Amino acid sequence: MKICVLMKQVPDNDSAIILSNDSSSIKLNDITWCTNESDTYALEEALLMKEAHGGEVVACSFGRESSQQVIKDALAKGADRGLYISEEESDGFDILSTAKIFTQALKDENFDLIFSGLQSNDSGNAQLGLLLAEMLNMSHAALVMGTEVLNDTRIKVKQELEGGWFQWTELDLPASITIQSGLNKPRYASLRGIMMMKKKPIDIFDSSQIDSTGSKNKIFLDKMYIPQKVKETTFIEGTPDEIASKLGDLMINDIKVF
Amino acid sequence: MNIFVFIQKDNGTINRNSLEALAGAQQFARATDAQVSAVCFGEVNDQLTEYDIQQVLSISDPGLNSYNPQLYCEAFNQVISAHHPDMVIFGHTYQTRDWVPRLSAKLDIPFVSDCIRIQNQNGLILTRQIYQGKINTDLKVEGSVLVSIQSGAYRLDSIVSGNTSVQQFEVNLDSVKCTVHPGEKFQESKGSVDLSRAKIIVAVGRGIGKEENMPIAKELAEVLGAELGSSRPVVDYGWLPHEHQVGSSGQTVSPKLYLALGISGAIQHQVGMKGSSNIVAINKDGNAPIFEIADYGIVADLFEIVPKITQTLKDHKG
Ligand SMILES: Cc1cc2nc3c(=O)[nH]c(=O)nc-3n(C[C@H](O)[C@H](O)[C@H](O)COP(=O)(O)OP(=O)(O)OC[C@H]3O[C@@H](n4cnc5c(N)ncnc54)[C@H](O)[C@@H]3O)c2cc1C
Ligand SMILES: Nc1ncnc2c1ncn2[C@@H]1O[C@H](COP(=O)(O)O)[C@@H](O)[C@H]1O
Repeated sequence: MKICVLMKQVPDNDSAIILSNDSSSIKLNDITWCTNESDTYALEEALLMKEAHGGEVVACSFGRESSQQVIKDALAKGADRGLYISEEESDGFDILSTAKIFTQALKDENFDLIFSGLQSNDSGNAQLGLLLAEMLNMSHAALVMGTEVLNDTRIKVKQELEGGWFQWTELDLPASITIQSGLNKPRYASLRGIMMMKKKPIDIFDSSQIDSTGSKNKIFLDKMYIPQKVKETTFIEGTPDEIASKLGDLMINDIKVF
Repeated sequence: MNIFVFIQKDNGTINRNSLEALAGAQQFARATDAQVSAVCFGEVNDQLTEYDIQQVLSISDPGLNSYNPQLYCEAFNQVISAHHPDMVIFGHTYQTRDWVPRLSAKLDIPFVSDCIRIQNQNGLILTRQIYQGKINTDLKVEGSVLVSIQSGAYRLDSIVSGNTSVQQFEVNLDSVKCTVHPGEKFQESKGSVDLSRAKIIVAVGRGIGKEENMPIAKELAEVLGAELGSSRPVVDYGWLPHEHQVGSSGQTVSPKLYLALGISGAIQHQVGMKGSSNIVAINKDGNAPIFEIADYGIVADLFEIVPKITQTLKDHKG
């Protein structure tokens, strides 16, 4: 199996997200970057499949220069090769244009499988892997919670549905699947893995020549802003002792928990 | 402007999120001079003809009797090629997540997913949440667009009644070579925890930090006689079994008290617990989205507060 894993660099959960002065982007100075969470599960699933059935795992990321770190982390965990798609300013609003760039970068690789996270924690489109399925003429499944290789031409996946339901789906290869969190336990890089990483190649694909904006249907950013609250929250303040006693009082006397 | 709304059916019943999308479309249409049509695969439910919409397009083809993303895409492709709607609206269901991106690529029409508002402000403005609900973004559109609407963004009771006609639309799906083969649906064996009946839930999020810290929440739950709930990551990490997960892919709960410890309040979590009578949230980040729906908020480190509350309640019980 020749597997591509799409991995995006996003702000980590604890980074403060602050708007730029013109409300068109967020301030990047204080952000700590990490790999998008569901993408780490996608990588693990690809590595497990390679270990069981052989093949190659290629980690692919598109974005600012620092995105190469995502690829390096994947190489240290066991991916064989990196593919970095360069981009100076990535706004991420138009996922369809982004998918066209990926299509150009991936089309000659003839992957059997593309694994991606089900959704990125920053832009949250939940689309890239599925757009690529259509553009690269692959079968697809979203929200995958388990995989099984049936034979050289077919895999079986467990898809998550709402409210605790699941569905089995069989996919002819090549296939692009989006991975939901929790289906495996992502590994940590070993010391040896980190040493090996330095010897593994990262190919660079320059996206600047690609015109991905040819469509007559387009999306533009109007503005970004902090959401307004819909509910009036009563904040309980004070020292930890004061808070504990106020909250205890509230629970006992107002909410009547006992 | 010509708006189509796709009506998803689950075992013959209209999906609630699709109807919310219809309510949103009607609301937008009233503020503009847009016309709304519903598109429905298979038999048209009577319910659908009782709404104030221009028409219902009914597409009956054996290939559409059960869900297949490739057949759905091709059928809709033919609808759009014949009618050229300016905007097609879907509920942001798991099924929408699976096939509408593919439709977007096929048609070369962008799909703006998981929107919380469709408005007219000198043109169409679509609002969606980014950075896990910490920021909203307004988007403008040139040309046609596909849109999905977040669950709960529009109220079902705001749907306007009227009556409408049903038009049949013929599709030909012979050209589709299916490479996706959906199989049976199933539920994993039910666990012993039924959170939907719980009166009090102490819910744990990623803010608990590590498995060794779980007793802090468990002790509070014990003194309250509460059930333990959790967000998805806590289950993903194996700190609690899946039956404790609250949210769109877990349980829906409505206790008298929902105490959220270190939970950010992502929409997929909110849909499972926003019906609780009293929501108390402890989170060190005052901007966490959970405070948008909490009745009582404590902006603090849960490790400093929770043991003290447990003690206060223990003292009270004596
Ligand atoms: C299709 C789909 C389905 C999903 N289904 C579900 C679902 O059913 N249920 C669900 O919950 N999620 C679900 N999710 C995931 C959801 O989007 C969020 O990722 C998840 O709810 C986040 O969990 P969390 O709040 O525990 O973690 P985070 O978002 O990481 O939040 C942790 C919070 O803890 C706070 N914190 C950290 N340390 C402390 C401390 N010491 N004291 C106090 N506060 C602290 C932080 O400020 C932060 O707000 C789903 C996602 C998708 C895409
Ligand atoms: N710039 C990117 N580089 C690498 N992978 C990406 C990028 N954008 C999106 N992806 C992949 O596509 C998934 C879904 O992203 P999105 O459609 O933006 O929600 C992510 O979880 C990643 O696996």
